[in-house]
Amino acid sequence: MRSILTSKWTKVAVFLVCLTPFCDLIWRIIKSNLGANPVEYLQHATGDWTLRFLVFTLSITPFRKLFKLPDLIRFRRMLGLFAFFYVSLHFLTYLGPDQSFDPAGMLKDVAKRPFITVGFTAFVLLIPLAITSTAGWIRRLGGKRWQMLHRSIYFAAVFGVIHYYWLVKSDVRKPLFYGALVGILLLWRLGDWFFKRRSQAPARIAAPTVSVNG
Amino acid sequence: MLIRRAPDLTYSDVTPKSVYLDRRKFLRAMGIAGATAVAGKGLFDLALPPRTAFAATQFAGLIKSPFSTSEKPNSLNDVSHYNNFYEFGTDKSDPAKNAQNLKTSPWTVSVEGEVKTPRKFTMDEILKLAPLEERIYRHRCVERWSIVVPWIGFSFNVLLKLVEPGPKARYVAFETFYDSRQMPQAKYGGIDFPYVEGLRLDEAMNPLTLLCVGMYGESLPPQDGAPVRMIIPWKYGYKSIKSLVKIRFQEKEPPTTWNRYSSDEYGFYSNVNPNVDHPRWSQAKERRLGDIFTRNTVIFNGYGDQVSAMYNGMDLKKFH
Repeated sequence: MRSILTSKWTKVAVFLVCLTPFCDLIWRIIKSNLGANPVEYLQHATGDWTLRFLVFTLSITPFRKLFKLPDLIRFRRMLGLFAFFYVSLHFLTYLGPDQSFDPAGMLKDVAKRPFITVGFTAFVLLIPLAITSTAGWIRRLGGKRWQMLHRSIYFAAVFGVIHYYWLVKSDVRKPLFYGALVGILLLWRLGDWFFKRRSQAPARIAAPTVSVNG
Repeated sequence: MLIRRAPDLTYSDVTPKSVYLDRRKFLRAMGIAGATAVAGKGLFDLALPPRTAFAATQFAGLIKSPFSTSEKPNSLNDVSHYNNFYEFGTDKSDPAKNAQNLKTSPWTVSVEGEVKTPRKFTMDEILKLAPLEERIYRHRCVERWSIVVPWIGFSFNVLLKLVEPGPKARYVAFETFYDSRQMPQAKYGGIDFPYVEGLRLDEAMNPLTLLCVGMYGESLPPQDGAPVRMIIPWKYGYKSIKSLVKIRFQEKEPPTTWNRYSSDEYGFYSNVNPNVDHPRWSQAKERRLGDIFTRNTVIFNGYGDQVSAMYNGMDLKKFH
């Protein structure tokens, strides 16, 4: 299992798999196979894939710990960057066809429509994460600060789900499904943090001078 | 995500245990099974075109209506594969898939309430009430998309005059057919069924208000509201109730489905109005199906000349 996870080729394969939704969309555009409302199709597809990749990214840490597969970390950045890739496409389908590439009009819309406001906020929150995803930036910020910054993915995921929930008219099954997944993944972290704190508490008393960062 | 499976292959066909145990053979067999599945699906599609219980009737000798727009109609394929008909599922592509077996014959429309002559109309009777016209109308959905459709029918006021509403009749309530066995997807819709709608009497009498029995020269496909529906072109699409079974004349404003679901979002009047936003999105623009960019929405969907007098002195923000 380890050798599969650490193989360079696995990374290449995962990359290609992550790219298939994009290829499917390109293929559909070429073939004019996007249904009666092509713009809406692209908006919904890229929005869906953004939420899915956010869920995949948030799943890495719980899966690493639950299944004792620390090497899964090798895929987290790539999945996160794919979430950013799809949210950027999602944003472009809004800025272009909906707002005719007019930034001023777009910002007015962002300020006025709560469902656009939360969606746009989620997108903006992800920008610094994409920029600082490199090893150089981890070094520059320091592990702890970098980790703090990257926790904003939690808010981005929650805002993304709210954005979807506020969009639909009455059938809320799909937004609730994503909401449940994000909820479980965040609650797991809360539980993990809580138990770690409890189990660490006596140790801290015993050795108060040990720094975590070493 | 779409998972395709050949119709006749079962799990045991794909992976018999003896094959499964031998990895090489197994991989080869998987390849063959996969290819068979793909080929099988293709052949299956070729041999059996999509099953449709519904067969359209052609209408001949349609009268061209002066109310028609000169704008280019959308394609029949778009109008019949991009539908809001929550009884058959909430995705736009659901009704075209799930509504094909809707039983539309026999069909009766019952007219009740404050009328001199309450009665039931069969579809044959409705089709003979007046000469059928083709009316090319703009249709604007509350979700900010729009289409142009050549509907077939006649002014609703033909039927209205026939049943002679009494002095107490100030509103008309409409009801869509509902049968949970034919519409199993309805339970996920999030709204109550049967679907109900309503108009003020003068709105119902406006010559633009169409009792619609067809489109594109043919009878209505089930997903577009077969066999008979209303079309009110200056109001948001959900007012144009589908698959009509009951018309009731009454004194009080009738409840309407979307208004009951969320009254600040969907008013009783629901006139197309770029100046009154849906609380969650702007109504200033719309996307005509087939277009990439949006266009400006026009008040009363461009039918102001024929309908705005009905709303003189009314606060259109309050009575949205």
